[in-house]
Amino acid sequence: MELDVVELSRLQFAATAMFHFLFVPLTLGLSIIVAIMETVYVMTNRPIWRQMTKFWGTLFGINFVLGVATGITMEFQFGMNWSYYSHYVGDIFGAPLAVEGLMAFFLEATFVGLFFFGWDKLSKVQHMVVAWLVALGSNFSALWILIANGWMQNPVGAAFNPETMRMEMTSFFDVVFNEVAQAKFVHTVSAGYVTAAVFVLGVSAWYLLKGRHVELARRSITVAASFGLAAALSVVVLGDESGYSATHTQKMKLAAMEAMWETHEAPAPFTAVGLPDQEARETHYKVEIPWAMGLIGTRSLTHEIPGINELEAESADRIREGLIAYDALMEIRENRGAVTPELRERFEAHSDDLGYAFLLKQYVEDPREATDAQIAMAAEDTIPGVAPLFWAFRGMVALGFAFIGVMAYFFVQANFRGMRFPRPALWLAVAIIPTPWIAAELGWFVAEYGRQPWTVDGVLPTALSVSHLSVQDLLITLAGFVLFYSVLFVIEMALMVKYIRRGPVEDVEETEKWMERHTHRLRTHDGKGPFATPAE
Amino acid sequence: MILHELIDFEILRVIWWALLGVLLIGFALTDGFDMGVGALLPFVARTDTERRVAINTVGPVWEGNQVWFILGGGAIFAAWPPLYAVSFSGFYLAMFAVLAALILRPVAFKYRSKRADARWRRGWDWALFVGGAVPALLFGVAVGNVLLGVPFYLTEDLFSVYDGSFYGKFLGLLRPFALLAGVVSLAMLLMHGAAWLSLKAEGAVAARARRYGTVAGLVALAGYAAAGVWLAFGVEGYRMVGEVVRDGPSNPLFSEVERGGSWLAAYAERPWIVVAPVMGFLGILLAVAGLRAGREVSTLLWSKMAITGIIASVGLTMFPFILPSTVNPSSSLTVWDSSSSHLTLFVMLVATAIFMPLILAYTAWVYKVLWGKVTEEDVTGPGHSY
Repeated sequence: MELDVVELSRLQFAATAMFHFLFVPLTLGLSIIVAIMETVYVMTNRPIWRQMTKFWGTLFGINFVLGVATGITMEFQFGMNWSYYSHYVGDIFGAPLAVEGLMAFFLEATFVGLFFFGWDKLSKVQHMVVAWLVALGSNFSALWILIANGWMQNPVGAAFNPETMRMEMTSFFDVVFNEVAQAKFVHTVSAGYVTAAVFVLGVSAWYLLKGRHVELARRSITVAASFGLAAALSVVVLGDESGYSATHTQKMKLAAMEAMWETHEAPAPFTAVGLPDQEARETHYKVEIPWAMGLIGTRSLTHEIPGINELEAESADRIREGLIAYDALMEIRENRGAVTPELRERFEAHSDDLGYAFLLKQYVEDPREATDAQIAMAAEDTIPGVAPLFWAFRGMVALGFAFIGVMAYFFVQANFRGMRFPRPALWLAVAIIPTPWIAAELGWFVAEYGRQPWTVDGVLPTALSVSHLSVQDLLITLAGFVLFYSVLFVIEMALMVKYIRRGPVEDVEETEKWMERHTHRLRTHDGKGPFATPAE
Repeated sequence: MILHELIDFEILRVIWWALLGVLLIGFALTDGFDMGVGALLPFVARTDTERRVAINTVGPVWEGNQVWFILGGGAIFAAWPPLYAVSFSGFYLAMFAVLAALILRPVAFKYRSKRADARWRRGWDWALFVGGAVPALLFGVAVGNVLLGVPFYLTEDLFSVYDGSFYGKFLGLLRPFALLAGVVSLAMLLMHGAAWLSLKAEGAVAARARRYGTVAGLVALAGYAAAGVWLAFGVEGYRMVGEVVRDGPSNPLFSEVERGGSWLAAYAERPWIVVAPVMGFLGILLAVAGLRAGREVSTLLWSKMAITGIIASVGLTMFPFILPSTVNPSSSLTVWDSSSSHLTLFVMLVATAIFMPLILAYTAWVYKVLWGKVTEEDVTGPGHSY
C-alpha cells in the first residue's frame, strides 16, 4: 500500500476510532449496571449493594475518563483530517454532533463528577438519580453519534446545493429517524451492555475462584447474567435488523459481507463458510445453507438479493448518470446568476448520482473526459474488500451467539441452581473477558470498511474527503497518537488490574456487620451457606 | 419544512455568530479556571496535600466544564462548517498539540491520586501544568492569527488549501502579535484560576493564588492594552466591498473582500461596541483589586466580566469577519457566507433553546451542591477525592 495522505488519514482515523471504542462499550453498559446496583441499594437499604455500586463505580471511572479523552480526538479529527468532508456534509453531519453535546454529553459529564464526589452531599435517592442521569447521558450520546454515522451509511433528508458545493439538510426528521441509524443505535448500545456484563461476570468469577469478596461477586454475577442475557439476545436480534435494512440501503456492503458474487434466484442460500477470492470473483470450498440468506435478508422467499457483479454494472450506470449531473454543475457554475430552469432541472434529475462521477477524480482531472476503461475501473472501486468483510462479519456473529450461551448458562445457575458455579465455568468467564471488545471492533470494521470507497455512501468518495495536508504532517500526528495512546492504554490497564486486585475497600465494616446479622437470609435454597467454597 | 422561514436567514446567522461567542465565553469562564488552576499548580501548591486541595477544588466540575469546549467544536461544525473545515485543518499541528494537552488533562485529574507513589504524582502534576498552560496559550495564539489573517484559499470546489510550508503550519503561527495574544489569554486564565482558588481553597494555597493572580492580572492588563495599540497601528484590517448579500448561499467566493484600513475602524462605525473592551479593562482592574483585598465571590465575578469583555471585543471588532485570508482575501469567511443552511441553523437554534436552559439549571444545581471550601481534611480523610 502506498502511503499517501488518503491512506494515512484513513489509518489514523481507524486507529483512533477503534481505540476510542475500547472504552465506549464498557461506559455504555457499566453505567447502567452501576445504576441498577444503586437502585437495589436504595430499595433494600443493604450496605453490600452500596459497596458494589462504589466498587464497580471506581472501575467505571477509570474507564470513563479515557472514553471522554479519546472522544475529543474523534470530534476534532473531522476538521483536522477530513476537511473537505466537513465542508461537504457539515450542514447535516455537524448537527447530530452538536445536539449530542447539548443533550447528552453535558448531562453525563456534569453528573459524573457528582457521582464520585456527592456521596456525602446528596440524599440516597438524589445520588441514585445522579447515577441514572450519568447512564442516560452516556446512552443518549451513543444515539446522536449513531444518527451521524447512520447518515454516512444511508444519507437521507439531504440534497446537493450547486451554489454552496455541498450537501444541505432538507429534513431533520428524516435524518433523525433514518432506519439505519435507529437499527445501529440499538445494536450498538446492546453490544455495550453485553461488554459490561461479560466484564462484571468475568471479574466476579475471578473473585469466586480466589474465594474473595464472595457475596459481592455472587450478587454481581446475578445482575450481570440477567442484564447480559437480555442484552445478548437483543444484540443478535437487533443486529439482524441492521442486516435487513442493508438489503435496501447498502446492497454492495451486504453482498460483500456475504461474498455473493452473482445474483442468486430467490431465496438465496447463505454461505456459512468459504474462501472468497476477489480476483476470480468466486468463493471456494463454500458450505451453503439453502434459503437462509433470502430469508434473513429480505424476510421473503421471492425477493432477489443482487450480487456483486450486478451491482458493479449498476455502479457503472450510475457513474454515467453522475457525469450528466457533473456537466450540468459545471455549467451552473459558469452561468451563475443566469441559470435556466432547464439547466437546473437537468442537474436535479441526475444529482443523486453526482457522487459516482466524483469516483473518476482519482483517474482524471475532469471526470467528463473519462474513458470507458476509467469508468470501468471506478465501477470496480465500488466493491469493497470482500474477504476481510466476510470473515469479520462471521467472527462477530459467532461471538454474538456465544454470548447468548454463556449468559444463559450463568443466568440459570445464578437464579435456579443455587448460585453454584463449577470452576471450569468460572475460568471460562474470566477467559472471555476480552471477547466482547473483539466483537465490537469487528462490527465497526464491517460497518466502516464495508462502506468503502465512500465516506458518505454514494455521495462523497473517501479519496476526496481529506484535508490539504502533507504526508509529513500525518506521519507526525500518527506517530504521536500511537505513542501517546499506547502509554495511556498501559496506564489504564495497570490501574484496572490494580483496583480489581484490591477489591472493594469502602464500607467494608458496615457490610460485614450487616452480613453477620443476616447470615440466615443469605443461605441458598439447597441449605449450603453463602460462604461455602464456590466450586461445590 | 417551512417553519424555519419564521426567522430570516440573515438573523439566524447573526444569532449563531453570537451563540458561537457565548460558547467560547462559556468555555473560557468554566474550563478556563480549570486550566488556570492546572497551570498554577506547581507554584501555588507545594506539598502533596496542598496540591490535592488545589486539584479537588476543580475535581468534581472539570468534566462538565470541558464539555463547553466539545460543544464549541460541535457548534462550529454544525453552524459554521467552512470555519470548522478551514481552521482545524489549517492549524493542523497546533490543533494536535491542543488535543494532546486536553487528553492529558482529564487523565491526569483522574489517575493522579490512584497511586501514592511520589514520582507518579509528580509526573501527573506536570501533565496538569502542561494540560492547563499549553491550551490557554495556544487558544490566544490562534485568536491572534485570526486577527492577522490566515494564509489559506478556497478552490472553486470550496476545497481549502493552506498555503503554508510545513514549518509555517506550526512555527509560522508564532508571529509576534499572535504570541502577545497568547500571553494575554494565558495571563487572563491564570488570573481566573487564581480567583477560583482564592474562593475554593484556604490558607497558604489561597494566599499564594492571590499573589500569583495579581501578577497575572497585571500582565493581562498590560498585554491587552498593548494588543489594542498594536491593532491600531501595526495590523491591517479587512473590509467587504461591493454589495453585501446577507441572506445568500454560503459560498465565501461569492463576496468580495479587500485588505486595508484598521480593524479598529469598527469602533467608528459601531461606537457601542466599546462596551466590550471597557468590560475587559475594568474587569481586570476590579479582579486584581479583589485579589489584593482578599474578596472572594466578587473577585471571581469581576474576573468573569474581564474574560467576557476581552473575548467579545475580538468578535465585535472583526464582525462580520470570522476567518480572514491573507493570500486571497475573497476566500475570507464571514458571517454572511460561511454558515450552515437556513434549515440547519433553525433546527440547531431550537435544540439550543430547549437544552441550554436545562444545562444551565443543572450545572447551577451541581455547583450549589458542591458549594464551600475544599479543606485539607477533605482530601486526607476518607471519601472520593482525587
